[in-house]
Amino acid sequence: MAQLIKIQTEALEPWKEIITFQNNNFQGDTNFGATATFVGTMRDLNEGDEVLEMTLEHYPAMTEKQLQGIIDEANDKWPLLHILLMHRVGSIKPADPIVLVAVWSAHRAAAFDGCRFLMEALKHQAPFWKKENLLSGESRWVSENTPGTS
Amino acid sequence: MQAVKILYFASLRELLGVAEANLDVSSEMDAASVWKAVNPSVDLPEASLVAINQAYASLDAIVQPGDELAFFPPVTGG
Repeated sequence: MAQLIKIQTEALEPWKEIITFQNNNFQGDTNFGATATFVGTMRDLNEGDEVLEMTLEHYPAMTEKQLQGIIDEANDKWPLLHILLMHRVGSIKPADPIVLVAVWSAHRAAAFDGCRFLMEALKHQAPFWKKENLLSGESRWVSENTPGTS
Repeated sequence: MQAVKILYFASLRELLGVAEANLDVSSEMDAASVWKAVNPSVDLPEASLVAINQAYASLDAIVQPGDELAFFPPVTGG
């Protein structure tokens, strides 16, 4: 199975990354029947304020460890074949992709559930922080995540 | 004697004006005592999180010489 964790300051192009990951890691594979993906993108509105730009900071050594731990946990829970986890840091503009979670498995249940688990665990455990620069000129740290369930 | 390396992230780094500090720990100290020793005039903001050697820990976890101790606000990635 292939796993890739990548944190980058360069622009994230999720759909290209998925194709590259597939081409690099499972050419000829015929065992996967389901691919679930989640892409998180920066919005231009948060808590009623227009956001011009965001800076994403992280704790590099801990981020790697946490994400690997989350992947290990997902692998214990579901029969996943491949996992791709990518996250932007640095300066981000509205409509820029921030995070990509992609999961491959034989059947859809593991793919859907594993993808969701990875995304929620990343949100709650991985040490990333967002600071917003608002249209008003103010800048502020985002204090908490939005709920992951509707 | 090996020091404990202390890291601050995001709003805590801005609050303190520094990204890291060092403290020589001779006696047994927990994470909360290290904060107090290094930042005697600043209370650790409520809801702050603690990590020892890049793993989440509680405020009363004992810190050993050579450890990397980090303080940071709730995480907001993704």
